[in-house]
Amino acid sequence: MIGHALLVVAVCAATLAYGRAWYACRNEWPLRRGLSWLAGAALALIALSPAMMHFGHARIEGHMIQHLMLGMYAPVGLVLAAPVTLALRVLPQRAGRTLVRLLASLPVRTLAHPVSAALLDIGAMFVLYLTPLYGFMHDTPWAGTLLHLHFLLAGCLFVWSIAGPDPAPHRPGPRLRLLVFFLAMALHGALSKYIYLHGYPLDSASTLEQRRLAAELMYYGGDLAAIAMAIAFFAALFKPCGTARHAGPNRKTNQAPNHS
Amino acid sequence: MSAFEQPRVNTRATLQSGLLIGIGLMAAIDEIVFHQLLAWHHFVDARSGAFALFSDGLLHAGELLFLVAGAFIARSLLQAQQFAPRHFKAALLLGAGGFQIFDGVVDHKILGLHQVRYVDPVWPYDVAWIGAGLLILVAGMLALRNARRHSADQ
Repeated sequence: MIGHALLVVAVCAATLAYGRAWYACRNEWPLRRGLSWLAGAALALIALSPAMMHFGHARIEGHMIQHLMLGMYAPVGLVLAAPVTLALRVLPQRAGRTLVRLLASLPVRTLAHPVSAALLDIGAMFVLYLTPLYGFMHDTPWAGTLLHLHFLLAGCLFVWSIAGPDPAPHRPGPRLRLLVFFLAMALHGALSKYIYLHGYPLDSASTLEQRRLAAELMYYGGDLAAIAMAIAFFAALFKPCGTARHAGPNRKTNQAPNHS
Repeated sequence: MSAFEQPRVNTRATLQSGLLIGIGLMAAIDEIVFHQLLAWHHFVDARSGAFALFSDGLLHAGELLFLVAGAFIARSLLQAQQFAPRHFKAALLLGAGGFQIFDGVVDHKILGLHQVRYVDPVWPYDVAWIGAGLLILVAGMLALRNARRHSADQ
């Protein structure tokens, strides 16, 4: 219970910090980024609200909706808000340098590699649903809180490693990221269908119908997050083309004196 | 203004984007119409093993990425005024028809991931499925010939 409250406080504190930094650069920070953070934080807080906690504990469909909000939709909002970029703008130079050094350190680089992020995010779902871990998490309050924390953090890590707009000089190239994204998506879909077919998690107190509904929610709900991530990924990839587009008219105006 | 200042259309990239969107659209139509609306097959075939589920996942993930990637290529071509509409339509049909044939032959018959409909005999459905794919593919080839002829005339 205390752990759960701490999680809510942490999300609120991060939002407060983001809001202050946003206010500090209100004239130059894109509105969509700020709104993206607010949407992500709101989704996380709704998922952690008492009503959702009760729903998620009582029924496996509720757990799945909570998982989608906390582990997929909230991270998309939070990561696309480019929090690191914003932090670097408002932090004093020394603190900013420390943040950059921290992000470039070997542990963070290893953790934020698309492959390890995918393993932590999608891989953990295989362990959770196919082993007796689900029942344990369900019946142990502190483990349940830890699970929610893991969903949120691993989700953010995965979205950040694939499609994060923050500058990341050590991030692998788009080909590898796209490949990992593709495989992770395929594994997520395959896991939902496997769960559906064989009635996992076996130690859940719910009926087979409920578990099947949860599996379908996981499959189609996951698609929604994947579409948002794919759009973010390709939008970033095609950005150079977007600026090159301005080269057209510019070149024309540059050449105009020569022709006349 | 001299001729070379006009933006040249990029037929190659247009064809790419059309193919990607055509494949993604056909896969999405199959899933929405035959699976969701008609419910001819279910969320998952009861006999599928881990391999079938994984290849189904790859297919689904692929179609989603194809659609988004194709849309972004088309958008950047439109912005650069390099979009070739006739080539795009032809590629759309080629992608859709090609995917339909691949789905009917490889997914349904060779890998046996799932069938068009769970009835006996299923072969009329297979003939209609693959036949429809062939028709779309031929329409795409004709459209591509037209598009090439048209751009050669210019």
